[in-house]
Amino acid sequence: MRNKLSWFSAPYVVWMALFTVAPVILVVIYAFTAVPPAEGFTLDNFLRMKEFAVVFARSFRLALIATFICLLIGYPLSYFLAKEGPSFQKIAMVLIMLPMWMNFLLRTYAWMSILENNGFLNRMFAALGIIDLGNLINGGLNSLCASLNEGVLAWLNARLGTALLLSTDRATDMTYFRMLYTQGAVVLGMVYNYLPFMILPIYSVIIKLDNSLLEAARDLGASSARVFRKVIFPLSLPGVLSGVTMVFVPSVSTFAISKMLGGGTKLLLGDLIELQFLGGAYNPYLGSAISLVMMVIVVVCMYVMNRFGEGEEQAVVL
Amino acid sequence: MKKLFALTLALAVMVGLLAGCAMDDDKREVNICSWGEYIDESLITQFEEETGIKVNYQTTDSNETLYNLLETTGWGGFDVIVPSDYMISQLIEEDRLAELNYDNIPNFEKIDDRFKNLPYDPENKYTVPYTWGTLGIIYNTQRVTEPVTWDLMFDAEHAGDVLMIRNSRDAFGLALMSLGYSVNTTDEEEIRQAYEKVAQANRDGVYQAFVMDEVFQLMESGSAAVATYYAGDYLSMLESNPDLAYVVPEEGSNWFVDAMCVLKNAKNKTEAEEWINFLCSTEASLANMDYIWYASPNTEALEKYPEYYEETYGEPLDMELYEIMAAPQEVLDRCEAYLVLPADIRALYNDLWTQMGIN
Repeated sequence: MRNKLSWFSAPYVVWMALFTVAPVILVVIYAFTAVPPAEGFTLDNFLRMKEFAVVFARSFRLALIATFICLLIGYPLSYFLAKEGPSFQKIAMVLIMLPMWMNFLLRTYAWMSILENNGFLNRMFAALGIIDLGNLINGGLNSLCASLNEGVLAWLNARLGTALLLSTDRATDMTYFRMLYTQGAVVLGMVYNYLPFMILPIYSVIIKLDNSLLEAARDLGASSARVFRKVIFPLSLPGVLSGVTMVFVPSVSTFAISKMLGGGTKLLLGDLIELQFLGGAYNPYLGSAISLVMMVIVVVCMYVMNRFGEGEEQAVVL
Repeated sequence: MKKLFALTLALAVMVGLLAGCAMDDDKREVNICSWGEYIDESLITQFEEETGIKVNYQTTDSNETLYNLLETTGWGGFDVIVPSDYMISQLIEEDRLAELNYDNIPNFEKIDDRFKNLPYDPENKYTVPYTWGTLGIIYNTQRVTEPVTWDLMFDAEHAGDVLMIRNSRDAFGLALMSLGYSVNTTDEEEIRQAYEKVAQANRDGVYQAFVMDEVFQLMESGSAAVATYYAGDYLSMLESNPDLAYVVPEEGSNWFVDAMCVLKNAKNKTEAEEWINFLCSTEASLANMDYIWYASPNTEALEKYPEYYEETYGEPLDMELYEIMAAPQEVLDRCEAYLVLPADIRALYNDLWTQMGIN
């Protein structure tokens, strides 16, 4: 659109060229450059990618789980929120945004002391007897399995010539539940930090839905479930797609969350990339190659996903 | 009209801020990169007040991180850094450090001769030692009752209760020591064995996490029972959790010196030397020792510390703790300092370290 006011967008165009386009070009150049002392164009950095397949799989799996949980929590919340009165909505919005006014690292750090083996939650569980209860349940399960092993399974094994056995070594002397430094903690960190990014786009789409469409659907005899399935959900899809993008992309590339809550015994993609820049090895070439592969996979995922939204309003991509 | 007033006001504030920034340019300043919890911060204020030099103080968590930070800031972002011995050798080898003018650092005289002309800087042209100490095992006496050797760091008995240190040199170093090899070995086979030992323990779930300064919180709260870390930091943890104990294993360990250096590309060399001289003074060394619990290389400060402690706290210093901070010669005799490794071995360390987390 060429009009007199278009030069107002100049600051942003410059900004984007400097801080988005130029860095991406740098990443591409580095990714195809040989590690010194060798020089020139190379594909070696990409050939190493299969060593990291496990890390790619782990990161995408955790990010998908986190995105799914965010959607599961975020969609119903946005839906019912949109139906509430304006003052309730205002308060709810402030509460949703409130954590984002605090520094992200600080909030994640706080989770460490909550989830620690000797942390807030475990102390509370111990005081409430929940950990003893866990030991009791495990003990019960152990003796149940032992009797099953001796009875039914022994009989079955003798008949079928198999060697089926149920585990009888569940821990009965737990003094804490292990929560910090597990993959569950990493997913929790992602959900906690990125949930608002799921709620806000869905909410803003649902609140703008044309009420006359819903009335028309009901007038034509659709049940509430059908109205939701055939009218509300398809119309809210653009919001869902933006929400999914805004949760999935930062989750798959996070390094702070996995470092603080995951403990570094199993690296995620973000950690792996960080290690190339700030770990023992300064290898921006490999780091860029990993980043590039990750970006390509993410863009392909987003493209495929947006096909689902085709025909609806276009979702915000990336 | 109101809006116009607000706009004018906003502009005035902005101009004021900009002017403030511009004025800052004439001010003398010094940029420092050091480790976390590694200085009595009141010393920074004191230095600023005495000299009028503004101190920009930043921290990082390991020699490797520091190296990469310097690389990404083009080697000119900082004036003073405080790397450990082996990293200093590497920096000298790569010609990154400036030769110091010791005439500007009269307090250098007070440094004990044991800490001068060490292998990382044989002619002592580039460095002034800041602290020294040992690497050892910190454990919770309520949960660890057996004799403590490096094998404890690989013990499945304590699975999930052990914290491994998050830098390749110390992690592989302690594995090398448990295998009876030198921490400075360049034999690839020995290094691979050490890697395999740590990797196996990691696969078996021995390690709760790989940590650096997170170790304080986890050991103090009792969330972990065993960790490898530095003597000075153990003493800080002990203040919050009296169940903790520290051992330099019989098999030997690493003893280190962290020294202050000035980068070749430093913009504020004079200020940097003033800062170094300030920290070498006996008063600053005493205050620092008392705060960070790392031993100073200043002879006078080392001698006076027990007295200083008694004056400050009104009770005598526990000499056992003093000997953990400033290890006696017989402990140092069984310890080995890290020497710089050749480039190909450093690359091997890095590859193996990346490999570790993939598992």
